[in-house]
Amino acid sequence: MDLQIQKESNATAVTITGRLDAVTAPEYEKKFNELIAGAETCFVVDFDQLDYISSAGLRVLLATAKRLKVKGGQIRFANVKGAVKEVFDISGFGSIFQMDDSVEAALANLPA
Amino acid sequence: MKWERIHCAATLEHLALATEFVEECADRFALAVKKKFGALIVVEEAFVNICSYAYPEGGGEVALACGADDDTFVLEIADKGAPFDVLLLPDPDTTLDLMDREIGGLGVHFIRKLPDRVSYSRENGQNILRMVFNRRQGSMSAHPKP
Repeated sequence: MDLQIQKESNATAVTITGRLDAVTAPEYEKKFNELIAGAETCFVVDFDQLDYISSAGLRVLLATAKRLKVKGGQIRFANVKGAVKEVFDISGFGSIFQMDDSVEAALANLPA
Repeated sequence: MKWERIHCAATLEHLALATEFVEECADRFALAVKKKFGALIVVEEAFVNICSYAYPEGGGEVALACGADDDTFVLEIADKGAPFDVLLLPDPDTTLDLMDREIGGLGVHFIRKLPDRVSYSRENGQNILRMVFNRRQGSMSAHPKP
């Protein structure tokens, strides 16, 4: 798994590549904890290049989103599709996160 | 039914070995892509459960077997821990909103949901979880069960 961080005017955009599984999920959580500790509050996560996600991956998405919500922050997911989308749907996660069809749309849906 | 087998130590470092084995078998037995993705998820869920809970003292093994015939692809994962049927665990409530969702319980939900059939047995001192995927075309998620 690889995470690329890009600072946009109203949010931090994170591009996730590869696999979010039991081995890589702690790395995702650690990175987000660092960013949240650094006072970042608005995030867009781009799933376009994510090939695979398991329950361990979903767990860190949920834990991170909860931590952010407590701090008054927001997170939106862009380009959740294909097999990854089916995992979201089976787990009910498709309806608890805010999803957009592109990073641009996700950024537009966050406060300017 | 033709079978392929591996076994390895029940530690997270071997997760990639387990998923790669299942992927190779799924490819060799020409499992449809969506079913293969389901098989990779359930092998991870079952493998991680065994790593986390089967051997409180450490040092145990996981045995994996993949088999196929014309109609089905079968994935079996076994451990020699205390008798434990993961299928008896409750399902998470998948309708709750973000703040009310619990972190956990999803692994067994996937184990129940993704294969077309799943069963547990205790044989020769082993817990054996058997997951069956139909090789005919269809959705990744299970069809309604009888």
